[in-house]
Amino acid sequence: MIQVVLPKNLQILAGVGRVVELEVRGAATQRSVLDALEASHPSLLGTLRDQVSKKRRPMVRFFACQEDLSDESPDAPLPEEVASGKEPLLIIGAIAGG
Amino acid sequence: MSSVRVLVGTRKGAFILTADAARKRWEVEGPHFAGWEIYHVKGAPTDPDRLYASQSSGWFGQVLQRSNDGGKTWETGGNQFLYEGTPGPHTWYDGSPHPWEFKRVWHLEPSLKDPDMLYAGAEDAALFTSTDAGQTWSELPALRTHQTASGWAPGAGGLCLHTILLDPNDGGRIVIAISSAGVFKSDDSGQSWRPANRGLRSNTIPDQDAEVGHCVHHVAMHPSRPDVLFMQKHWDVMRSDDGGESWREISGNLPTDFGFVIDVNANDPETIYVVPITSDSHHFVPDGKLRVYRSRTGGDEWEPLTKGLPQKDCYVNVLRDAMAVDSLDPCGVYFGTSGGQVYASPDGGDSWTPIVRDLPPVLSVEVQTLS
Repeated sequence: MIQVVLPKNLQILAGVGRVVELEVRGAATQRSVLDALEASHPSLLGTLRDQVSKKRRPMVRFFACQEDLSDESPDAPLPEEVASGKEPLLIIGAIAGG
Repeated sequence: MSSVRVLVGTRKGAFILTADAARKRWEVEGPHFAGWEIYHVKGAPTDPDRLYASQSSGWFGQVLQRSNDGGKTWETGGNQFLYEGTPGPHTWYDGSPHPWEFKRVWHLEPSLKDPDMLYAGAEDAALFTSTDAGQTWSELPALRTHQTASGWAPGAGGLCLHTILLDPNDGGRIVIAISSAGVFKSDDSGQSWRPANRGLRSNTIPDQDAEVGHCVHHVAMHPSRPDVLFMQKHWDVMRSDDGGESWREISGNLPTDFGFVIDVNANDPETIYVVPITSDSHHFVPDGKLRVYRSRTGGDEWEPLTKGLPQKDCYVNVLRDAMAVDSLDPCGVYFGTSGGQVYASPDGGDSWTPIVRDLPPVLSVEVQTLS
């Protein structure tokens, strides 16, 4: 199971806790994880990426294994630690403001 | 026995305030959608337990919420607000072309006949409609593609469509307002539009009497007289007696005619309310005094209403959708401030009491009168 950590506002929106566990078919990529996340929690549609272009929203960031993966290709494999469930994929609302 | 339900949108969530017809003792419930900006919450006239809320965030975008039980529980609707075709540019603050981009829904207006039908006014300015209780949305593109649209420029709050008035006597007539393009009117359910700004003068634009480009802050209508419209413009309080075909100034003896809100007493269509704000560079009430001004003559002659409102050291603002009236007798008047207070007057404005004092900054206030 892949673990995804959501920011607080999206936890409230989706009615879930901090960590969501997802079964992802095929290779674990940003795209396949987000597809699985949106399929299991449709209220998150449009909050992380554009519903048509699937482009990441500008102030949403993806971190894992102490690396910023935000600008990686959505089809690039996620780190093995994420794919195996040892490490979570962190979805972060970019720090902005005071 | 009648009761009232006040729907409050704030910078950090929604709150629901309820009282019986005396409107003295209030229950405060919330926050709903904590941490999110709630630009507007409104109930369907034909089913008061059907509520819609516009929830948004600079990080996570737009969410549409729907309740079928008066706000006890909520479910998400659709949030795909797509402009028809490829949108052209509008005019940016510096006069350059700027791409039309959806940012958020400012105002939700449920149909007067069908609780599953509603309109959404968006930033960047466009009008969307849903016929399935907010699950899917489609644009009424004739407004955004109006021949004047490339010249529309945003107000300080953005290029927002903030006012949607549905004519109870004519199902096809819609009046909308955009900051800062002005008022537009449709007689065919939004299939075509024409500007309705004749008589407006704005010294902040090159052609002061231009057909479009006026920073209209809010427009109000009494349902018994849909041809009489009252407007709080950036500067100037205005009135139309012909459904927006022409406007005349009614600022009269107001201490300043800058402001955001305007509303009409439910029991007397000639009694109107505004909250004067110092200026466009000082978005707070003048002289440290929070005063609602009431005109019983449909404008021109105004009286300050101060009983129960702070009269010193007060520097709050009242935003454009943050005033509403109930339909009890005497009429209840409600408004919310940038300081998080929601004030209620159960006697048409003669006296005021804070329902709640310390909410996040208030973005919108709506009232439902429940039987």
